[in-house]
Amino acid sequence: MGLKQNLHKLKEKYRGTKMAPAFNALHTFLYMPNETTHSGSHVRVVDDLKRTMNTVIMALVPCLIFGIFNAGYQHYAAIDGTLRLDPFANFFTWDNFALGALKVLPLVIISYGVGLLIEFIFAIINKHEVEEGYLVTGMLVPLIVPIDIPLWMLTVAVIFGVVIGKEVFGGTGMNILNPALTIRAFLFFAYPTWMSGDKVWVHGAKEMTGQPDAISGETILGSLAQNQEPIYSIWDSFWGFIPGSVGETSTFLILLGAAFLIYTKIGSWRIMLSAVIGALAMGLIFNGVVNAGWIQEGNTFYGLMSETFWHHLVIGGLAFGIVYMATDPVTGSQTNMGKWYYGFFIGFISVLIRVFNPAYPEGVMLAILLMNVFAPTIDHYVVQGNIKKRMKRLKAKTA
Amino acid sequence: MGLLSKKDSKLILDPLADNNPITIQVLGICSALAITAQLKASIVMAISVLAVMGIGNVVISLMRNIIPSKIRIIVQLVVVASLVIVVDQVLKAFAYSLSKELSVFIGLIITNCIIMGRFEAFALANGPWRSFLDGIGNAAGYGLILVIVGFFRELLGSGTLLGYQVLGDPITKTGLYAIGYENNGFMLLSPMALIIVGLIIWVQRARNKDLIEE
Repeated sequence: MGLKQNLHKLKEKYRGTKMAPAFNALHTFLYMPNETTHSGSHVRVVDDLKRTMNTVIMALVPCLIFGIFNAGYQHYAAIDGTLRLDPFANFFTWDNFALGALKVLPLVIISYGVGLLIEFIFAIINKHEVEEGYLVTGMLVPLIVPIDIPLWMLTVAVIFGVVIGKEVFGGTGMNILNPALTIRAFLFFAYPTWMSGDKVWVHGAKEMTGQPDAISGETILGSLAQNQEPIYSIWDSFWGFIPGSVGETSTFLILLGAAFLIYTKIGSWRIMLSAVIGALAMGLIFNGVVNAGWIQEGNTFYGLMSETFWHHLVIGGLAFGIVYMATDPVTGSQTNMGKWYYGFFIGFISVLIRVFNPAYPEGVMLAILLMNVFAPTIDHYVVQGNIKKRMKRLKAKTA
Repeated sequence: MGLLSKKDSKLILDPLADNNPITIQVLGICSALAITAQLKASIVMAISVLAVMGIGNVVISLMRNIIPSKIRIIVQLVVVASLVIVVDQVLKAFAYSLSKELSVFIGLIITNCIIMGRFEAFALANGPWRSFLDGIGNAAGYGLILVIVGFFRELLGSGTLLGYQVLGDPITKTGLYAIGYENNGFMLLSPMALIIVGLIIWVQRARNKDLIEE
């Protein structure tokens, strides 16, 4: 008897009891359910919620693997700078992988373990099926936190994010804010010393502070915010050989993921494209301000403002946020027209916050959360606009 | 309570739970968000409001038959304002540092919707003794929430209670801090007060389903 039968039996055994949702979830998580609909006509499609979630996870796996290597690489390269001379040769090594896996996998385990535990508890209390919504969130969370974040902080943040960000609103599909970003925002406001600065992005930098072998892990945005020339080239940044949150450094892999999401029609190309346009627009405005001579060298904002406008897409977490988090179908705009506005403002505001927020030179998290809040409003006006247009047409016809 | 009749004790006990001014009527939220970062400030605020409401309700109740109804709001404002000034002066005289900490919020008790609400809804129509009980009850319900929120915010945000370092010293790393615990800076920001109030509302309504609105 196979695993599927066993799971099915287990499920039958607990049918109708308090723990039923938990065993149902175990079963449907691995297999298609045995039962199908018996009567009536139903729309039958294969891309249910679980399939959708799994597609996004597949798009995220390259970023996770790259993040594991990068965690090790950044640590060793910070100690021995010569490694950076030829990143391609020194990147995919067992040393990097071993150290990275040791640091990254606990983050993944905590994120999934704690998050799913809460989902199960709420499913049992509220007597509904366990929803698959956390599968993507659980994968996103370890990719968007600094490598050295203490595990208990992550635990607290995941509990907060899932309960306050999602369950209080009614669970998957009802949340206003992106749960992964809620978790990150919580960490950012609660424990800022672990979430920003130049010591958190490379493993070991924080412990070695003040010692003779201290290493620095300044990100590109961090350097620019202090008006210093970053030590990484734009190509390093494109391939992802730079310090940053675990899985968001490689723009190349994010582009691959974006292509996959667009091809499978899971992610909205409208949101991605308009967010890129928005970021470029804001970048161009800032470049224009610098070129006009309104901002002089030595000004606090000069470093980030004078950065060539399209570089903003490659550095920092902007690309990751646009592709994997702005496109969240629950918290984003639903209407096609709304998606253009929603995406545009995410890109636009991201770069704006990046330049003007001195404490934290990255804005995509706050920009997406802000636009999450406005998404229903945007949709409302798009729908109202449509109704008005048609009413006018109707009047013209009947008159 | 042997001292009070059942009807009277209801006046005090109701606002503590099932008719709480903050969690049920959702009044007085602004000060609940602003001053609850420290437990001490919450307690002082609670006592101040208690004094203002208790006395204010009695005064309004005594004057209820001679106040022309057209200008009753102005009369109520004058009464609250005078009482608040007294409280403010007392604090300045006996607890100067606390008064500085609470700064403008003591003055803003005047605008606390709970106070004007009780004047309007209760003191204008009831005798002094019952008005007094009602004032005390509502202020206590308000204070209770303030103290709960202040307790969690100070404990988790600063690791202290009433200024004592109950979780250890974060600088020399003793107590909980020795094993890597850190204060939650989010707790010190007002949004977290709103979330804690929200959690209290959640717990309260989960325990008593009658409170859930349609």
